[in-house]
Parts: sequence; C-alpha cells; structure tokens
Amino acid sequence: MTSAFIALLLAQATPALPHQMPGEDAVDPYTVSDANAGAAPFTGSGMAEAFHGQDGIRRITARFADLIYADPVIGEIFMGHDKVRLSRTLFEQFCYILNAGCTYTGRDMVSAHKDLGVQHADMNRLVELLQQAMREEKVAFQAQNRFLSKLAPMRKDVVER
Amino acid sequence: MITQTIFKKAVKLASATLIAAAAFSPLSAKEIRGGGKLLLTNGITSLEGSSGGGLTPWAVIAGNETRDGIGISAHGTIVELKNYDYQSGGVSLGLFDTVELSYAKQNFNTNEIGALLGLGAEYAFDQDVLGAKVKLAGDAVYGDPMMPAIAVGAQYKKNRNGAVVRLLGARHDEGVDFYASATKLFLSHSILANATARLTKANQLGLLGFGGDKHGGYSLQFEGSLAWQLSRRLAVGGEYRAKPDNLGVAREDDWYDAFAAYAVTRNVTATVAYADLGSIATVKNQRGLFLSLQASF
Repeated sequence: MTSAFIALLLAQATPALPHQMPGEDAVDPYTVSDANAGAAPFTGSGMAEAFHGQDGIRRITARFADLIYADPVIGEIFMGHDKVRLSRTLFEQFCYILNAGCTYTGRDMVSAHKDLGVQHADMNRLVELLQQAMREEKVAFQAQNRFLSKLAPMRKDVVER
Repeated sequence: MITQTIFKKAVKLASATLIAAAAFSPLSAKEIRGGGKLLLTNGITSLEGSSGGGLTPWAVIAGNETRDGIGISAHGTIVELKNYDYQSGGVSLGLFDTVELSYAKQNFNTNEIGALLGLGAEYAFDQDVLGAKVKLAGDAVYGDPMMPAIAVGAQYKKNRNGAVVRLLGARHDEGVDFYASATKLFLSHSILANATARLTKANQLGLLGFGGDKHGGYSLQFEGSLAWQLSRRLAVGGEYRAKPDNLGVAREDDWYDAFAAYAVTRNVTATVAYADLGSIATVKNQRGLFLSLQASF
C-alpha cells in the first residue's frame, strides 16, 4: 500500500519519458523532436477542422490501429509490437501534421519501422486501412488526399531497403 | 510468314525485357509476391495496349503487382463513332512494377463508308501491336511530390491491310512508335497529370499504315492527360493526343476525350469516355462513345 503510494508520488514528480510511458513497453531512449514526425505541419486550422479536431483524429488513429492489428495482410508485421504505444504516437504524429495542437514525441520514421520488413504492398495496405478509418470518420476525400500528400514522401523511410 | 516474323520479334522483345527486368529486380532471390497496388494506379489500357489513359500511355505498369511481384491484365475496348466502329483486345504482363509487355489486336470497321471508299461495305482494317515499357525513375504516387514516374516505351505495329494502305498513300504496313511519359498524382490536389512525347510515323495509330505522300518519316507528337480523383474508386478527366498528318487523301486530326474510370473491384476497372477523333479516312467529325473494361491481377 505504502510502496504503491510512493510509486504514484514518484510518477507524478517525474513526468513520464516518451520512451517509457506508463502502460507501454519501454523502448530504447531517443531524442524527442517534432522533426521525427517526418513532415512539416499544415498551416492554418483547415485541415484540423476537416479531421474534426483532436477528437476526430483520436477516433481515426484508434480505428486505424485496430484495423492494422486485425488485418490479414499486415497484422502479422505488427504482432508483438506495442499497440498502446503505436496508437499514441500515431495520434501525436497525425495531430502534429494536421496542425491540431500536438507535439510529436515518437521516434523518427526510419527507426520506428526498422526491421519490420515492410514492403511496397504493405505500405499500400496501410494507406487503404487509413483511408477506411478516415472514410468512417467522414473526412472529405480531397482532405484525405491532402493529408496523404504529407505521408507519401515517407515511403522510403518505412519500407525495407 | 508474317506471323513468324512477328513471333520472332516478340520473342526478341520479351527476352530483352526479361533481362532488363532481372537487372531491375531488387532482390531476385526473394519470394515473388502478387498484388498490392493501390486502386487505379495501374491506369487503364490505352488503344494500343499500353497502360495509361485511353488515348495515351502513362508511366505506370500493367497488373496489380508491386516491385516485389509479377502481374497480368487483359482488356477489351470498343469505340462507336458516327460512321465507324473500333474494337481492340489484348493482354499485358507487368514485371516488378517496372517492365510492361503488352499485346493488342485492333479492328477498325468502315461500315457503310467502306463502300464509298471503294473498299466494300464493312471493310475492316486490322493491326497487331506489341508494346514494351520500362519505368526508369520516380513514382506516380509516393516519393518527392514534384518527381513524377518516368517511363520509356516502344510499340511495334503490324498492319494487316498492306495493299490497301499503300493504295491510300502509306509508305509502309509496319512501324515502331517510341515514347517517353511522365506521370504524377498530385495528392495535395487529387490531380493526376501525364505528359507523353511520341515519335511516330503511324497514320491513325497505324490502321491506315505508316508514313505518306505528305510526310514520310517520323514526327514528334505530344500527348497529355489530366484526371481528378473523386474517390478511391473514381477518377474523371480529359486527354489530348496530337497526331501526324501524313496522307494527302485522308486528313488526320488531333484527338480529344473526356473520361470517367471506375475501379469496380480490386481486379476490374471500367472506363467510359466521349471521344472526338476528328476526320478519319476522309470522313469528318468522328465522335462517339469509348467503352473499356480491364481485368488485372
């Protein structure tokens, strides 16, 4: 009881590090930077509104993560990888790029996808699942594509060499 | 005899391309993986059998494969013009999303005009087209937003009506077109743009032979497509194709169309277009409906 109380106090005293968040598997330390998101954010509030703000982005990334882990094509790739952490960092990344008021604390795209063995077909499948999640949130198709235009240049960092 | 020559050329073309494919294939020891392309990103099958728009090739490769696999596609196209009917069908092979080999058989029926031309009603021109295309650089969807996919290709065309096209003034009944295409989907605007430059001697695709009394040799022609993506499955747009004008007796005009392409499933794309093909074989204002169905795996 006492030790749990002390742990709680400690947790409050020292803010959780992004590579060691409660409820997530720890990952090797890295330098936190918005630049790790891999794309410059949109300017203005148009895109954040098109994605229904942080609430909409949270629904999209949660659904996206569910679809990824359940997918017969790419689910296997992510098996054994921390879904809680993926959901959080995806939310931060999307929220940051859409200029919806977040900072990105995850790893850069090369480190995050290292050794996953992602092929072009897997990348395309990821895009399809993201399109499904955005469609279910009723994000306009043109806005979906505008967002994808920020992600498309990242393929070289995501797929295996 | 002619068939043998074509077959030999096809074998030569295929073996050269397979060697090229082997050189381009990133990891030949790895497992071949089928499918995986995004919807509509293999385009549709153009009149001459190369993947692209309806009228012009794009820097995309036939089939549903990615750089890790092999894909195939087949198509059937009909064009119902004011005075003529056109149909074509063919098959294509896509290797590692890098090399495309295609075959198309074209049939152009003159209907009643055939009689006026002294050829007999329902006289038809036939042509076989063997195509090869290599994607050299870039990507139509991914990568640098300002770097298009770039491809070069050739189309060997053999007209089956040699005697008649020579009577019309054509110099040859066979020819090779060479082209280079650049294609990019500008995701931030949902716009796909393609530009193609073609060296050709062909009269009306080669259906009226190659070269003529007005101009005998190659000329450089520009072709362009612009498409707007409305959903994952649907794109609408327009195309332009400049054409040579080699025959004194039969003026040839540039071509235009407005199209809608719909990915019915992952394997089937249907296209409907309204095409303005201008003057063909002495008869002006040839406009009509273009319908095409493509199956790809």
